[in-house]
Amino acid sequence: MSAITSLAASREYLGIKAITGPLLVVAGVQGVGYQEAVEVTTADGAMVRGRVLAASREEAVLELFGPTVGLGLDNVKVRFRGSPLTVPVSEDWLGRIFNGLGDPLDGGPRPLGQEDRDINGLPINPTARTYPQEIIQTGISAIDGMNTLVRGQKLPFFSLSGLPHNELAAQVVRQARLLTEAEQFAIVFAAMGVQHDVANLFRQAFEESGALNNVAMFLNLADDPAIERLVTPRLALTVAEFLAFDKGRHVLVILTDMTNYCETLREVATSKGEVPSRKGYPGYLYSDLASIYERAGKISGCRGSITQIPILTMPNDDITHPIPDLTGYITEGQIVLERDLHQRGIYPPINVLPSLSRLMSDGIGEGRTRADHQNVANQLYATYAKVQRLKSLAAIVGEEGLSRTDRVILQFGRTFEEKFVNQGKNDNRDVFATLDLAWEILQQLPQEELTRLSKEELETYAAVP
Amino acid sequence: MTDRTGEVVWVSGAVLRAAGARRLTMYEVVEIGPLRLLGEVIQLAGDEAVIQVFEDTTGIRPGDECRGRGAPLSVEIGPGLLGHIFDGIQRPLTALQQAQGVFLHRGLQAAPLDPDRLWPFTPKAITGDRVKGGDLLGTVPETIAIEHRLLVPPGVQGTLTYLATPGNYTLRDRIAAVQDERGTEIPLHLRQHWPVRRPRPCRTRLMPNEPLITGQRVMDVLFPLAKGGTAAIPGGFGTGKTITQHQLSKWCAADIIVYVGCGERGNEMTGILNELPALTDPRTGHALLERTILIANTSNMPVAAREASIYTGIALAEAYRDMGYDVALMADSTSRWAEALREISGRLEEMPAEEGFPAYLATRLAEFYERAGAVITLGGQKGSISVIGAVSPPGGDFSEPVTQHTKRFVRCFWGLDKELAAARFFPAINTAESYSEYAEAVEPWWRQHVEPEWRRLRETALALLQEDQQLQRLARLLGEEALPDSQRLVLEGARWLRDGFLQQSAYDPVDMFCPPAKQMGLLRLILQAYRQAQELLAQGMPLYLIRELPEITDLMRLKSQWRDESGEPLNLMERKLTEGFAALRARYVSDHESGGQP
Repeated sequence: MSAITSLAASREYLGIKAITGPLLVVAGVQGVGYQEAVEVTTADGAMVRGRVLAASREEAVLELFGPTVGLGLDNVKVRFRGSPLTVPVSEDWLGRIFNGLGDPLDGGPRPLGQEDRDINGLPINPTARTYPQEIIQTGISAIDGMNTLVRGQKLPFFSLSGLPHNELAAQVVRQARLLTEAEQFAIVFAAMGVQHDVANLFRQAFEESGALNNVAMFLNLADDPAIERLVTPRLALTVAEFLAFDKGRHVLVILTDMTNYCETLREVATSKGEVPSRKGYPGYLYSDLASIYERAGKISGCRGSITQIPILTMPNDDITHPIPDLTGYITEGQIVLERDLHQRGIYPPINVLPSLSRLMSDGIGEGRTRADHQNVANQLYATYAKVQRLKSLAAIVGEEGLSRTDRVILQFGRTFEEKFVNQGKNDNRDVFATLDLAWEILQQLPQEELTRLSKEELETYAAVP
Repeated sequence: MTDRTGEVVWVSGAVLRAAGARRLTMYEVVEIGPLRLLGEVIQLAGDEAVIQVFEDTTGIRPGDECRGRGAPLSVEIGPGLLGHIFDGIQRPLTALQQAQGVFLHRGLQAAPLDPDRLWPFTPKAITGDRVKGGDLLGTVPETIAIEHRLLVPPGVQGTLTYLATPGNYTLRDRIAAVQDERGTEIPLHLRQHWPVRRPRPCRTRLMPNEPLITGQRVMDVLFPLAKGGTAAIPGGFGTGKTITQHQLSKWCAADIIVYVGCGERGNEMTGILNELPALTDPRTGHALLERTILIANTSNMPVAAREASIYTGIALAEAYRDMGYDVALMADSTSRWAEALREISGRLEEMPAEEGFPAYLATRLAEFYERAGAVITLGGQKGSISVIGAVSPPGGDFSEPVTQHTKRFVRCFWGLDKELAAARFFPAINTAESYSEYAEAVEPWWRQHVEPEWRRLRETALALLQEDQQLQRLARLLGEEALPDSQRLVLEGARWLRDGFLQQSAYDPVDMFCPPAKQMGLLRLILQAYRQAQELLAQGMPLYLIRELPEITDLMRLKSQWRDESGEPLNLMERKLTEGFAALRARYVSDHESGGQP
């Protein structure tokens, strides 16, 4: 049905014109399509994959997903595959471990599929989407209570190097469940440039949750070729889309670490000589990230869903850095981890104030969680924001210089961090326990501070011991 | 090959070069390759044309055919636009889903409007009339709420030689014919076309002087927008740009809404599609969807179509303006449009100006915002387009090029604030940074229709907020306790104003839309409470007693509890408040007279 299949079958060329960084220029080629997949073979038989970045009548510019070590101008064979990068989709990817390009790492065979799909996927028609509304209970109070995750959402973790974001993600994977159904999530895990330990941590988490047979792992580790990372998330999401929208599975996709992905994108853009925008990142970083993140969601008529948890470490602890910034503009909120909380021994060190779940309001409330959920969250937010203002004031005038009410609010801030945000790595609180806990600590506050709660709510819930 | 057909010689991303098509013209639509992907000519140099492609170019190769369609990118205007959703180049998304499934495949062609649907037409002119561009030929009930008016297209002039009789017609049927001076007969249909990048002409432009009521207190009272005006909503992620835009699209008092989702989230468009049919227009009682056109080019849809989506939206807005309607266009987000320009410009290896944006960014922004305005149409009707553009500054930093240029071309600026958003204070409009140049112009309207004292109340509120801001700085250094009670009352009064008036939840079923009379009632009462408190304080009453007055808490909640149209809850609250203050004073005075400590 497409130009892809109508392209001539694969063709081979000997020799190339130039190599710079990961880019190759091949001269004298004909009929090469934009984004077409290529295989470059050296004299000793090593094969590197790549794709076409630009095609003209005289030559094609290729981007290689592997090392260019040992490549010469004359000793290589370039094979054009006649189609873009594709992946055979099937359920055989589950329970397996692959590298960043989808080659098996576990000694098993390559999965065979019913169909080869373009790893870039296709945009979902907005009219075909179903608005995400079912809460995924993570068992973590700061998320469930104040930044609720829903099925079909893309909710990233904005972290800093040295913080336990991977532990938190692993805990979410272990504990995640739907309030309404008992079905287990299928998990697609894509690692980009992470250490071996991190990959192992997740593996353990998957084993502990007994989910290993429901997990497809794509590992591009720190010592693997960086440029493979441009393929890994797309490969993983193509498999996830098949599981969700063809097989009706609820899929949780973990992408870590998106910062490494963006660094590679910048590297390639620079070697192409493109005009940079902020901090040297290419002007299309937003569109490129969107082509990954927007592949989450639910589709009408399909039972399945894709929920994405991308993880990124903010360079220089800066939330305005282009990577977290552009991510935040695309994703449906963010969970922000903070060093200060971590150093005070709070786990998970989630700073709720810059955190947000945009889809929360539709996933909670009467009939979904509890009628008071939204207002309780708003009250916690409003008061905790006040705590921050008072903290900076107390740093100047001393806590004694504050009014009685203000001191009570400061105390509330401490209780909130220590009892509500803080919880064990195996502590799995259900959403109702989280809300009860919130009421318990809100009791500390004087009535006139509780402006976000309605009279009826105060009467119904404040009596709970 | 004809002169309009060339072949691809180079392709990279959304841009390609084609050779051998000398008769292509600027912005002409071309079809590329075997899938007939749509693109648009953006540069011509000798034998070579540069084309931006509205679809993913994967698989396009040198040698593929490029065929010019002979016309620039145009919108189709006709009944059937309202209540529907289109992509950036006006392909009907619902029809595409029915035909092709849930994913957007490439090379899909579909007419924007159903050509076979029958529409009841009522003629409003007489055969033999002299007609010119903008004159009314007849009407079609497009939705229950909106009548579609068939106009003589701009530029057409002559004698009406044929006009269809009342009855049902499709978009294909000839509905009228005009014979021009040279004797050529021009057939007219229920559907017409207009190039998106060319502003539709009007007779004269008017000064915007009627407020576009949004039902959002902070906007209507403090920073009002006029019908035909321009506004920008800049804010970092999570500050509520989209929610604000959604609120405006639902509640603002325009006849027609054009909502352009430009490079934003797919789920947001789905959300608005789900919500609108269930909501009714507080003014007409009809479903809000019936006055709305949605343009969706989400962030993962092709970038060149994102660039075009803004123009598609404004061209449709102009079409309804010319029918004599007040149209409001929301563009969310203009930054994504600017980035699309940057991306295309980068592919063309143009010399960048600031942050990689092309040097013509400011010109394009200006051209876009200038298409807003209140006008007398060619047909002599009053119509307007108000444009509200969201801006997504990187890092929430308003000094970046898109925000800065936008500021030069809009007259109303609603700056969103990260700190307010973090405290879940919505709309998170920073009152110190925002402004409106329409306040003077709309004052007579408020004075005549709602509240004679609009100006005084507004100015008192603004002054209180300003005073508060200065004192906040001091309080941040010294602590509130260190300030005298008179200054602390300013902080307290500003808090009442923020919590009881400015804060307005989009999810509160009562408060999400606030009619003008209620806005004024709330404001008047809060300022009155503040004045009463000032008086008590002047008589020596300590501030904490005033603060603990339970009626104040009730006043803060009044916005969510005042449901009905009547002023009854307001009067009740006013009585309670006056009694509360009186009781407080009586208690205080008696305590003092008896010598006891309060």
